[in-house]
Amino acid sequence: MSRIASTFAHLSGLNRKALIPFFTVGDPLLESAVPTMQALVSGGADILELGIPFSDPMADGPTIQRASERALQNGVTLTDVLAVVTEFRQTDGMTPVVLMGYANPIERLGLDAFALQTRAAGVDGVLVVDYPPLEARHLKAALTLVGIDTIFLLSPTTTEQRMREIAQLATGYLYYVSLRGVTGAGHLEVEAVATQVARIRSYAKVPVGVGFGIRDGATARRLSEVADAVVVGSRLVEEIEASTPTEVPRRAEALMRQFRLAMDGAQ
Amino acid sequence: MNVYDLPDQEGYFGPYGGTFVSETLMAAIEELKTQYERYRQDPEFLAELAHELHHYVGRPSPIYHAKRLSEHLGGAQIYLKREDLNHTGAHKVNNTIGQAMLARRMGKPRVIAETGAGQHGVATATVAARYGMECVVYMGAEDVRRQAQNVYRMKLLGAQVVPVESGSKTLKDALNEAMRDWVTHIDDTFYIIGTVAGPHPYPTMVRDFNAVVGRECLTQMPELVGRQPDVILACVGGGSNAMGIFYPYILQESVRLIGVEAGGDGLSSGRHAASLSAGVPGVLHGNRTYLLQDAHGQIIETHSISAGLDYPGVGPEHAWLKDNGRASYVAITDEEALQAFHTLCRLEGILPALESSHAVAQAMKMAPALGRDQIILVNLSGRGDKDMATVAERSGLHL
Repeated sequence: MSRIASTFAHLSGLNRKALIPFFTVGDPLLESAVPTMQALVSGGADILELGIPFSDPMADGPTIQRASERALQNGVTLTDVLAVVTEFRQTDGMTPVVLMGYANPIERLGLDAFALQTRAAGVDGVLVVDYPPLEARHLKAALTLVGIDTIFLLSPTTTEQRMREIAQLATGYLYYVSLRGVTGAGHLEVEAVATQVARIRSYAKVPVGVGFGIRDGATARRLSEVADAVVVGSRLVEEIEASTPTEVPRRAEALMRQFRLAMDGAQ
Repeated sequence: MNVYDLPDQEGYFGPYGGTFVSETLMAAIEELKTQYERYRQDPEFLAELAHELHHYVGRPSPIYHAKRLSEHLGGAQIYLKREDLNHTGAHKVNNTIGQAMLARRMGKPRVIAETGAGQHGVATATVAARYGMECVVYMGAEDVRRQAQNVYRMKLLGAQVVPVESGSKTLKDALNEAMRDWVTHIDDTFYIIGTVAGPHPYPTMVRDFNAVVGRECLTQMPELVGRQPDVILACVGGGSNAMGIFYPYILQESVRLIGVEAGGDGLSSGRHAASLSAGVPGVLHGNRTYLLQDAHGQIIETHSISAGLDYPGVGPEHAWLKDNGRASYVAITDEEALQAFHTLCRLEGILPALESSHAVAQAMKMAPALGRDQIILVNLSGRGDKDMATVAERSGLHL
């Protein structure tokens, strides 16, 4: 069983939902990435999503775009991101790590090389924002060969038929984008999300996570009643942005703990 | 080549094109694809488009024999396809009218656009006013500064102009921001992309709406000189005016098609925007194509004296025409384009856009080596009134 599958199985046994934080590697510094990952796990994160910086993050809002720009100013590359995972694996062999990014840096490295290197680093899943399923065919084949999950997005505008098709393809977990817009926007309608997630779960063979616009424990708590996982991205990136580099791990851990306690209170 | 029917079902021109967008945009793109397939062959739609192009834009645009320029160069005869004479002063309006008509039929009351030099923004604001639609134009903050006149023009036409402060603050960042707006307002908004790039079906749709340029040339050249030209030249940023004139000529294999990219300070300087001449394939803004990028796949900042060519990618069909050899692509520097700008002003009384001046410069380079019986047709894609401040600044003047 993959790390992602066994994590969800384990949580299900405990009647808990997965908490999945996201931040961009290299923000604020490359050196802060591993301590931040460790701190997030201490704070109660179950799976870590790491952003690969990209110059043109079309699907992201200003918060994550700024994080990407800071990482690029620090000269952080995809190779650096993989090295961060390798280093993290020296102290943590359990927590699944998912890379999230855009197609171009991955294609520049080459799909096969990327698959082999992610495997060697200890990555468990990959989500390429601008690869809808049709365009993800080659990457998915390369990742499947080395036992890495390909994570797909579903959105409020995804048609019923696509939803069914994507649910069939999905490995690891499905990521439901909980609002119409970019990351970090703030008009999430919890009830509508709950209805959609229930529908997705009826097709899906894998767990369903919800992300985009989850800014507080109360929302996370409500969503964890209907979904298998809650993703917290822009809110964490804002916390990182407001911290000095040395404060980052401590404040990231404190924020995770807030979400963790709120979510577990719901069970 | 007997048949040319690209793109394929998935929007590919060979290995280029495709639909590289987040799932959040897929429903809107599917809807657009379906509706465009329907209306592109709808007689009533096509009749209205033809009527608008004739009565509102002023088509067909003439072809003009630049005799004094040809004599001055002492070789091939240079003809200019006068897209600069269109309403709004460039070829861009051919496409914005088509897309706005489609938006109306799809029940979208709000249109958005990205713009570099401001020409596509002006063309979009113009048709939005013409059809009574809400219009928001995204423009890099740097371009807002460089193209103040066009910004005011868009505002006069009732559009809201949003300066984009992220990234390099130019065209590519405006495109990112327009995509973000689209994803947020998907129900009531139609995104009018200004060039033959973006996710399928945009490269095809923008090409088709601009192909009126090449179709007119196909009938005008025989009427004018008894035959088709030997060479067709057009500038290429994203590549919409070039695709518009090239496309109807793809099967006319005796006609050489040459796209002219922005060479900036020269290809060896690294300061240019020549993605086909100096880039490598990758994925940006919804399609796979040649991109100016670094070794790690990050898009690099481009430079051109002409804001309309200042873009790190290029339409996927150009990438395919380059690879299969049907078209070739060269680069012209800022300096060469400026010289061509002044030469055309002085010898023909025509003030070309700095974008189009790149194509004129290539004609000036090629003509002397060709015989007097050879014919070069240049797509003069826009007029240069908008560029007077830039040109004056280069000459040390302030208007």
